[in-house]
Amino acid sequence: MPHTHDVTVVGAGPAGVAAAVEAAEAGLDVALIDAAAQPGGQYWRHFDEDRARPEDRRGHHGWPVFTGLRDRLYVLRDAGRVHYLPGHQVWLATRDDAGTFTLRVTPTVRDPEPAGPGHGGTGHDGQDPVVARALILCPGGYDRQLPFPGWDLPGAMAAGGVQALLKGHRALAGRRAVVGGTGPFLLPVASGLAHAGAQVAAVVEANATLGWLRDPVGAVSAPGKGVEAAQYAATLARHRIPYRTRTVIRAILGDGRVEAVRTVKVDREGRPAGPEREIAADLVALGWGFTPSLELPLMLGAATRQDVDGSLVVEVDDLQRSSVDGVYVAGEATGVGGAALSVSEGRLSALALAAALGRPRMDPGTNADADRNTEAAGNTDADGTTDGNTSADKSAASGAAADPAGIRRVQARIRRGRRFAAAMHRTYPVPAAWPRSLPDATVVCRCEEVTYGDLRHAHAELGATDARTLKMLARPGMGWCQGRICGYATAGIAAWLDGRRPTADDLLPLSGRTPAVPVRLGELAALAETVTADPAGP
Amino acid sequence: MSTALQGAGPGPTLSRSADLVIVGAGVVGAAAAYFAALAGRRVVVVDRGAIAGGTSSAGEGNLLVSDKEAGPELDLALYSQAVWREDLAEHAGLWEFEAKGGLVVAATEHSVAGLRELSVHQRASGVEVHDVGHSALHEYEPHLSKDLAGAAFYPQDAQVQPMLVVAHLLRLARGLGATVRTGTEVTGFLRSGDRVTGVRSTAGDIPAGAVLNAAGTWAGEVAALAHVAVPVRPRRGFVLVTEPMPPRTVRHKVYAAEYVGDVASSDAALQTSPVVEGTDSGTILIGASRERVGFDRTVSVPAISTLAAKAVALFPMLREVRLMRTYHGFRPYCPDHLPVIGADPRAPGLWHACGHEGAGIGLSAGTGKLIAQALTGGQPDLDLTPFAPDRFTDRTQDAEEAVS
Amino acid sequence: MTYRMTFRGTDIPAEPGQSVGAALVAAGIVDWRTTRKEGRPRGLFCGIGVCFDCLITVDGTRAERACLIPAADGMRLGDALETGDALGTGDALGASDDGRDRATHHAEEDGDAAHP
Repeated sequence: MPHTHDVTVVGAGPAGVAAAVEAAEAGLDVALIDAAAQPGGQYWRHFDEDRARPEDRRGHHGWPVFTGLRDRLYVLRDAGRVHYLPGHQVWLATRDDAGTFTLRVTPTVRDPEPAGPGHGGTGHDGQDPVVARALILCPGGYDRQLPFPGWDLPGAMAAGGVQALLKGHRALAGRRAVVGGTGPFLLPVASGLAHAGAQVAAVVEANATLGWLRDPVGAVSAPGKGVEAAQYAATLARHRIPYRTRTVIRAILGDGRVEAVRTVKVDREGRPAGPEREIAADLVALGWGFTPSLELPLMLGAATRQDVDGSLVVEVDDLQRSSVDGVYVAGEATGVGGAALSVSEGRLSALALAAALGRPRMDPGTNADADRNTEAAGNTDADGTTDGNTSADKSAASGAAADPAGIRRVQARIRRGRRFAAAMHRTYPVPAAWPRSLPDATVVCRCEEVTYGDLRHAHAELGATDARTLKMLARPGMGWCQGRICGYATAGIAAWLDGRRPTADDLLPLSGRTPAVPVRLGELAALAETVTADPAGP
Repeated sequence: MSTALQGAGPGPTLSRSADLVIVGAGVVGAAAAYFAALAGRRVVVVDRGAIAGGTSSAGEGNLLVSDKEAGPELDLALYSQAVWREDLAEHAGLWEFEAKGGLVVAATEHSVAGLRELSVHQRASGVEVHDVGHSALHEYEPHLSKDLAGAAFYPQDAQVQPMLVVAHLLRLARGLGATVRTGTEVTGFLRSGDRVTGVRSTAGDIPAGAVLNAAGTWAGEVAALAHVAVPVRPRRGFVLVTEPMPPRTVRHKVYAAEYVGDVASSDAALQTSPVVEGTDSGTILIGASRERVGFDRTVSVPAISTLAAKAVALFPMLREVRLMRTYHGFRPYCPDHLPVIGADPRAPGLWHACGHEGAGIGLSAGTGKLIAQALTGGQPDLDLTPFAPDRFTDRTQDAEEAVS
Repeated sequence: MTYRMTFRGTDIPAEPGQSVGAALVAAGIVDWRTTRKEGRPRGLFCGIGVCFDCLITVDGTRAERACLIPAADGMRLGDALETGDALGTGDALGASDDGRDRATHHAEEDGDAAHP
């Protein structure tokens, strides 16, 4: 029988690292599983730590918050108090009748194997499962995409992918870039590209302005954000990057790769309302907000809801508990809200779990060290903002005791973060009429090469009036990515063709996936041998 | 997720009455709608969900004769084959009809002998079977395990994309005047004395000359609304879907000889027999598990892992191939493994076409044509007596309950 | 030090710590496979392991995500045929079917080449 942990945290981004550290410091026996080779998630993605350079932290916000959390994580790992399993993805999560969770994991990247013809490549079947009495799921998310002509040309990338290349791989994906879509995340991407030496020909923003700067709720909720935005504005000005609002990229042009984009002014709903303009580019970075990864919560049966930004998210209570007993969820999966909010949610889930298990605060010693480390990193100002950057929760690093007052303080911070996130989502909505002028030939599902025309046909001729039926009849979301990229768009198109707004019912059939990531049949088959060998069975 | 349509709520009567209301927009309902509309009947199809929303979208699209022992089901399968290949020939491309053939493989000489014996009876019923020896196996399937003793090849076995079958049959039926109302749940029956004269639905009453219960795994619930018992129960199955592979990696529908036994069994416990086949999209589908666990929708690790292990045993190269997706469905299962097809003498005006278990896609075309013939007063091409709705005695049902 | 990999006979340098996909992009190569139906070129899209657009054969192992695989010295990237990855079916794992000039650009697909 494998060892049973108190809690397994999945994901080592802002929410997951905070949760793991907080839970372990509260005395819980913690396992932490993460797909990446090193902690940080998408937000604090950075180059190989063994080959770090000082400039790697450039463009990172709340970096001292991260290094503080990371230092604590490594101390706990080395002390044997966090079983940290980087480079692994959970592909199956099950809960037995006694409420124990078993997670099956697979290496994110297969170990290097001897090359050569005829190499069989066996050997990793039947990796040990990770077993725990509770879960804190922090799966994060990725850029939300809308299809349009040319978005599948090489050189067109998710904005987060462009950012990942810069931050994680010191690689620049092009020389002349256009950044397009909607939301504040377009700004750091443009800024990062410019810093790395690319010419940024334009930032193309579908919505009106940096309206959230003026939003009273937003301003009160996150004073650090104003400073952050001002820095981006300064970067854009310094590099003479045009910031075109109420504008969308209507098409990407090029023969076999990106050569130019065609932009057009739009009205509030996203309908063309002005002349088109062509801009030469060899790189296009695209993002329309974020899509949370819900595979594991859905696999375990967690209830979901539709958030302000239209995404499907996990429903949690004010202690980050999902509808499934013992499953806590933190970070983008409960509603996209950024790193600072994620850190707070990760902390709260750990504090709440520790309290539920009757183990608040066991080992102040380790914490004090951790506090000093973080203090030294300069994470001291009032709302947790760090050197004027992203507000990340101060006590995220200072390890407040899991007393009721401590929990209430984190809850208050989360409520402020949520208000700010909601204000931001309202400022940067996906334009309601986005499918309106899509040509039939537009590829919607990149994997199965399903076009908008295919979807229109399935709706009009074959009676596919909902997203699930559309998927069944026209195959969007049936390929390699299983709808991760086109799921939101397919749900939106299903609703659009049916003359309504997309609902949670449209999103749900394109959000659940078993397995959570592709896994070799040999690994799955190995479980059968376990099942047969062990009369008790799982 | 019921969507209110016009006339929602109990009470109001839809303006047009119908000759036939079909409950269930799955493959059997769609086939019946098409053939009834073709015969000039005014048809209304209702479904509480979407089209092909139940078991029709949860299978592999098999049109099999190979897995059936001689008897009424094989007769229906052969009849259905003819309907697919003749009546529906012009539409075959719409639903990716592929006469790929089935290869039933056996691991031991003993199993080979069993296969040969089965095929004797099947041939007598009109099934085409080729005996395949060990040395010829790899001409059929290059990646098949070298450890197998022999096989039987069934060229009549075919595959369709079942959701497209449903969608296109309903489209063709609409072209012939039929109406399809999804998001419309049947809540009761209109009666005139014993006689069924239509349905009550969430979209209002729909009077009709006849009502066909084609509700698949949920047909028992619909029958109960008319106060008659039809013992259809769910029998869960999982299907594994791999990453896209090169064309013709797996060329036929390949399954192990034990599959035939599992299909015919009534055991409630988990049974798995490997069924492996490629698809147009490059994915490889792996079935088939059978277990009677009600409508439990949670993933069963024993079921999917055993399927994987057995598929890898048949095709060792699958060990390195990635699983991309799994899905599951609930076969409409009757205690004697035969479907229920025909008029219900206990409730005149009510007809049934349900309980096809795991063979519903293949049997749907024949079932639809036969039920249309019977409904229009003709003599069906095939005797429907073995499928009679009132054939279940209380005793078979009691035994059934005891097993459940 | 700099790693050296090969992609269709071309030398690809990589900084230790980079992914295969990053090294290819940094070398100006933006696509390395074609789609099954239409033969559309594909390279990095999401960049973080979600979309599977960037599948590539690495040292004979087919369909790996270039954005996640760390670069390594001596790595052979690219076509199934060149890396002996064909399943041995004798099937046409051959040239792409779109008729465009992709002489050095064949057969790297998400599992299959010429689709009927």
